[in-house]
Amino acid sequence: MKKKLRVVLLSILVLLALLFVYVPVAWLVISSVSSRSELLSTPIHWIPQQPTLQNYINILSPSQGTSEVAKTFRITLWNSLMVASSVTVIALVFGSLAAYALIRLRFPFRQTLLIGILGTRMIPEISLVIPLYLFATRFGLFNSPIILVITYLSFALPFAIWLMAAFFESIPVELEDAARIDGCNRLETLWRIIMPISAPGLVSTGLFVFLTAWDEFFFALILTSTVSAKTVPVAIAEFTGRYVVDVGGMMTGGVLAAIPPVLLSLIFQRYIVSGLTAGAVKG
Amino acid sequence: MQRKRTLAQQDMLVGFALILPSFLIILGISLQPILTTLYLSLFEVPRGINLQQTFVGLGNYISLLSEPIFWATIGRTLYFTVISVGIELVLGLAIAQLIHAHPPGWQFLRTSLIIPWAVPTIVNGTMWRWIYNADYGALNGLLLQLGLIDKYIPWLTRPDIAMNLVILADIWHSVPFIALILQAALATLPADLEEAASVDGATALQYFWLIRLPLLRPAILVALIIRTVEAFRAFDIIYVITNGGPANGTVTISFLTYLEMFSFGHAGRGSALSFLISIFTLALAFIYIRMLYRPEEKL
Repeated sequence: MKKKLRVVLLSILVLLALLFVYVPVAWLVISSVSSRSELLSTPIHWIPQQPTLQNYINILSPSQGTSEVAKTFRITLWNSLMVASSVTVIALVFGSLAAYALIRLRFPFRQTLLIGILGTRMIPEISLVIPLYLFATRFGLFNSPIILVITYLSFALPFAIWLMAAFFESIPVELEDAARIDGCNRLETLWRIIMPISAPGLVSTGLFVFLTAWDEFFFALILTSTVSAKTVPVAIAEFTGRYVVDVGGMMTGGVLAAIPPVLLSLIFQRYIVSGLTAGAVKG
Repeated sequence: MQRKRTLAQQDMLVGFALILPSFLIILGISLQPILTTLYLSLFEVPRGINLQQTFVGLGNYISLLSEPIFWATIGRTLYFTVISVGIELVLGLAIAQLIHAHPPGWQFLRTSLIIPWAVPTIVNGTMWRWIYNADYGALNGLLLQLGLIDKYIPWLTRPDIAMNLVILADIWHSVPFIALILQAALATLPADLEEAASVDGATALQYFWLIRLPLLRPAILVALIIRTVEAFRAFDIIYVITNGGPANGTVTISFLTYLEMFSFGHAGRGSALSFLISIFTLALAFIYIRMLYRPEEKL
């Protein structure tokens, strides 16, 4: 009897936790498929009487009547995708090489370098933004996706080194020693032995870097000004800043911006939990 | 001339070669900029940044530290940090334990927690801003239908309420993060521990305080430090929900820095502020790294 009561009690708590997670998301999605008049009705329409995909159509195949922000939103999605992917690839390549050296090879200042690199990961973006802004204007990179890739590496690279270092540490040294005895040099060992078994670490690290870059707002806010470089977070923030707030469009933009990271995280969820434990943080 | 280098020499060469690209990138986009910021913080920099700068030494720091606005901002930042991280820890720990008890649906709950964590910060903020909307928001709609209020309330126009509502949005985003870390840590604890404790006559509460909590300490510390650093420098969510308003009621230190740099045109003062944030963060980071690199304390 007591056991039954416990199960009932715990189930209620699970239900509450699920409500906490899903109610705001549900409202986001419902708002995105509601018409403007239903969104602005009192009393509130919890379930739209005439659900519509018009907001999605406006963004995904804009026509003449759609607002400027909705029209350009698709392009910002593309910008975000390109910037986040480039950052991920660059951070993975250079980050895993550096992490391997820092964990496995003996050379002077190794420990200092490791701590120093990890320390730079904690520098807030706002402490870097003025010099990076000056750099961008001097080299004609202001409002270009390239400056976003460069500046995002300031957090993505130390982050990738950190995660890959934790991963390399967990690979037994004996494995490499065996390869060395068989006549492989360091680089061959790295390429033939370490990289193949590092696939899970690379996936996990790549995922975190991508999510962080997709999420980034501050650099994009300061360093971009037009749709040629603006990313999704900036585009969404702009929906709110406009004279007439297009709530439906804003919510639809939110859903579209959330779909890639949420899907990726759900697909790779076991990597997320292990990555979080290894000290990965998304902003 | 040696034809074949020794292993150690080979290691050293390869090591430097592998690190060099990352080292140069970090040097160029992190170290050089942070030093430039430190340098700028010693100057009065007029609008336009490149124009004549006047060296003021520690003047920016001194004037900041002597202004009530700075201390009010620090107060708000600490309020935001302590309240949000505190609640997140309690709720995160509770949810982690709930999952660990394996009630019906625990796996679904664990998977679901990933969603708020993965939703981009700006989307999260936008969503809550709409929920809090004075004229059409879901919060007003719900409370009115439940009879808890008799007319719609413009939530975000009241400084005290606005801050707490920003905190609520932050909690929604971050509780899952702490819950996921802590439930992973719980899963690694030996399963027979609880049995042994109950054989020895420990109550559930004693077990929690005396055994489980101490064993979770490293994981809790890691989660706490990460979240404290993030909350202390929160910007995005404030920008989107309140834009610092009403009446500066949600201006925390990062937001003040942003205003000094990009609205008031005080690059020098802004740099000084941002450097103060860095110092605080690096101090925390130092503790964090020390912790992570003590193998016996690893999760």
